[in-house]
Amino acid sequence: MSDTLGTWLMSETPMSRRQAVIGSVYRAVRSIIFNPTALIGLIIVTLLIFMGIFAPLLSLGNSPLAQNLAGRLAAPSADHWFGTDELGRDILARTLYGARATLAIVALVSVIVVPIGLTVGTVAGYLGGWVDAVLMRITDIFLAFPRLILALAFAAALGPGIENAVIAIALTSWPAYARIARSETMTIAHSDFIQSVVLQGASTWRILFRHIVPLCLSSVIVRLTLDMAGIILTAAGLGFLGLGAQPPTPEWGAMVSSGRDVILDQWWVATIPGLAIFIVSLGFNLLGDGLRDVFDPKSR
Amino acid sequence: MSAPLLTVEDLEVSFPGRTGFTRAVRNASFTLGRERLGIVGESGSGKTTMGRALLGLLPRTAQVTARTMSYDGTNLLTCTERDWQKLRGRRLSMVMQDPKYSLNPVMRVGRQIAETALLHLRTDRGDAKRRTLAMLEAVQIRDPELVYRLYPHQLSGGMGQRIMIAMMLIAEPDLLIADEPTSALDVTVQNEVLRILDDLVRVRGMGLVMISHNLTMVSSFCDRVLIMYAGRIVEECAASELQNAKHPYTQALIAATPSLDVRRTELATVTRDPEWLK
Amino acid sequence: MSESAEGGSVAVRQNPGRQAAKLASRVGSFVLTLAATFVGLTAVTFFISRLTNIDPVLAIVGDKATSAAYDNAYLALGLDKPLIVQYFIYLMRLLTGDFGRSVLTSQPVLADLLRVFPATFELATIAIIIGVVVGVPAGVIAGATKGRWPDQVIRVVGLFGYSVPVFWLGLIGLFVFYGKLGWVAGTGRLDVFYQGVVTQRTGVILIDAALEGNWEIVGNAFSHLILPAGILGYFSLAYVARMTRSFMIDQLSQEYFTAARIKGNSYWRAVWRHAFPNIMVPLITVIGLSYASLLEGAVLTETVFAWPGLGLYITRALFNSDMNAVLGGTVLVGAVFITINLVSDLLYKLADPRLRAS
Ligand SMILES: Nc1ncnc2c1ncn2[C@@H]1O[C@H](COP(=O)(O)OP(=O)(O)OP(=O)(O)O)[C@@H](O)[C@H]1O
Ligand SMILES: [Mg+2]
Repeated sequence: MSDTLGTWLMSETPMSRRQAVIGSVYRAVRSIIFNPTALIGLIIVTLLIFMGIFAPLLSLGNSPLAQNLAGRLAAPSADHWFGTDELGRDILARTLYGARATLAIVALVSVIVVPIGLTVGTVAGYLGGWVDAVLMRITDIFLAFPRLILALAFAAALGPGIENAVIAIALTSWPAYARIARSETMTIAHSDFIQSVVLQGASTWRILFRHIVPLCLSSVIVRLTLDMAGIILTAAGLGFLGLGAQPPTPEWGAMVSSGRDVILDQWWVATIPGLAIFIVSLGFNLLGDGLRDVFDPKSR
Repeated sequence: MSAPLLTVEDLEVSFPGRTGFTRAVRNASFTLGRERLGIVGESGSGKTTMGRALLGLLPRTAQVTARTMSYDGTNLLTCTERDWQKLRGRRLSMVMQDPKYSLNPVMRVGRQIAETALLHLRTDRGDAKRRTLAMLEAVQIRDPELVYRLYPHQLSGGMGQRIMIAMMLIAEPDLLIADEPTSALDVTVQNEVLRILDDLVRVRGMGLVMISHNLTMVSSFCDRVLIMYAGRIVEECAASELQNAKHPYTQALIAATPSLDVRRTELATVTRDPEWLK
Repeated sequence: MSESAEGGSVAVRQNPGRQAAKLASRVGSFVLTLAATFVGLTAVTFFISRLTNIDPVLAIVGDKATSAAYDNAYLALGLDKPLIVQYFIYLMRLLTGDFGRSVLTSQPVLADLLRVFPATFELATIAIIIGVVVGVPAGVIAGATKGRWPDQVIRVVGLFGYSVPVFWLGLIGLFVFYGKLGWVAGTGRLDVFYQGVVTQRTGVILIDAALEGNWEIVGNAFSHLILPAGILGYFSLAYVARMTRSFMIDQLSQEYFTAARIKGNSYWRAVWRHAFPNIMVPLITVIGLSYASLLEGAVLTETVFAWPGLGLYITRALFNSDMNAVLGGTVLVGAVFITINLVSDLLYKLADPRLRAS
């Protein structure tokens, strides 16, 4: 990298908004890359996305759904690297395709949880008063709920399926984001630049969504990354109980469950998908820890 | 003059930062006998860092080097953790900047003071308590028995600072470093605490290092003064000679001190010269 | 000297009357929060019960009932009334302990819950003991050696605990320690031929058997318990250690910690005698939270280990569309969870001398 570009990126006194944004992204990326745990996390998460997208290519021509009852519960071999399950399906292929279910759940939960949390939190923090009191009481109530149990009850009532699992998880996850967004908003709202925007006559909504929400995003993203592991584990737990993705869709939790009865003899059936869950949530945890170090120097 | 209590030669302390090292103390050399030495300098000039270096209590990240750093015949540079434990509290001690944060919030103050005695003096609990009460009396706490049982948040700032002094002096160290012992207090309490400190130092014949940014206070209180600027000792002189200081920074500091005797329309500001760091 | 008198006088900032009022208002707001959260929880479970496509009337009268019988039951359940009234009726029934009847066991749900609760209690309690006894010292050591190898090791162990799916770890544990090594007993609370030998007093087999002096059964129960409790304990340990570590790091950068060392305390003595007491209060909350989440975490563990507790009861009910049992279990776990949560929060506020007075 040329010296001038380096100094332009690392400048403490950016000349334009663009330079400031690009510079801060550059610094964040740099510190993630120089933080070994975060880097491992980033690699794992990237691999997960890669697996989801290229599952058809990576599964060596094995279909995740093709049954072969003659070759059921086969041990790992050259044909089936991770062996086959109780219906003779290739476990490698199913594990690779299973990444899609995990990615879908993670993406859907984020898409639901972040906007709700941000809206509730910033509105409560900015408006204060009774709005704040009411919203925070509601948040506290949801925060005190047992997540898995409630997700269970929901999934039971709505019927098993990936969408219902997502709704159930989202319902118990948003309060944490509302809390974070609220406390960030309270500090930002009193700063001089917000006061000057107010004096310029900007509407409350404009202030909230153009000025405050963007500033809350980094904390929310850090929290989301740290939460991902929990979300994946809850989803897998629901899958394990039969309340997540329905057969024959490959889903890691359900795959572990199908290997349960044969764990003592055909250990690979349950071990491989479980390992996948473990590695992926470890990846998110490592990345989240690293991001927290980058964005929140206090916790270092 | 007998052999000095403390000898420091070429003390360097630096902290790693995002863009290289911060040299908090540079090339500092001085000696100290059983006298009162003032260290003056603006905020961030490295006074606290130097004080903590003398106690071996800088953060792990700090890099400390020195040609000599010895205390009463002990080479501080080669002290093991165990040696330090015998020195700290007993031989040299330090009163810290802000009593509000320097006392353990969940421990009764009496126990905090008695602990120092129990650590260093061969005594039992009963005797440590007696000593503590006597010490509380010595720092002019009105009702020692009552205060003994209080928690730090129940104290006023002035009382907190007295407790701190009691805690650091109960094992009768030979040298006390007082790091801005009064800057968190209001003026009347300040004088009171300084007087207590002065009495104790005089009576017990201790050496005292008084760190402060208050030139007037230091010059009236100490025998000798070191002036620090950006980690460097730029001037050393007798307190009585301070008015005749040669270094431009010291002169600027003196000029910037508001005074009742001299009428001024404008307070002087200190202009810095990069030359001072050479 | 007037200022001497001022500065030296004992300005004890305590006022018994005001403190009592503070305490009362704390407890008052605690009760309010508890009530509000409970209303929220029951509202959600009520809402869930309306979402199901299981007809509550058919569940009672059976599908061969006449339409008149059906209508009677419909009215008796209050299903013709506005939703808010229905919720109120539901709430009243819950408060009187009426959780309805389980389709599966044809027992009142409350009786079922009380019967299975001790098994979960036993599991979660042993797990929290493991979590605290190991997790707290580990967290203190990690915080005090921040960035060095003990911290790294503890961090990795903790991260694994955060990342591993409990049901999978349970299966692997069974495979290795029961299947391959034979060190522990398999699923269930007791071997088959020991079952029903001990009379139930507390429902906690370890205690019941010990009361009878039947050490053989105590041993057998223990060898069944150790794996699931150990796995749950590991999760609790990971959480407790992580929180302890971060509390500790906060404390070690405080001035009073340096002051303690200036006095001549060794590093570790200062860590345990000075910093540690300062984190005890927030630790209470963390341990409470961890215990509450163990009750919940038991759902998956119990399924894997066929442990006849609340979790297994709820999941069984789930697959038999036994909605009364599912919701009853949810309300019970939720209520215990909320109560532990809020009580530990209250304890936190009451235990800290700073918070007590200020
Ligand atoms: N733990 C640390 N890490 C990095 N830099 C530090 C650390 N402690 C002190 N410094 C740096 O060392 C320099 C000297 O700080 P020090 O606290 O000694 O100043 P001071 O003279 O005591 O100031 P004040 O009068 O405000 O107390 C400062 O530039 C400070 O930024
Ligand atoms: Mg200082």
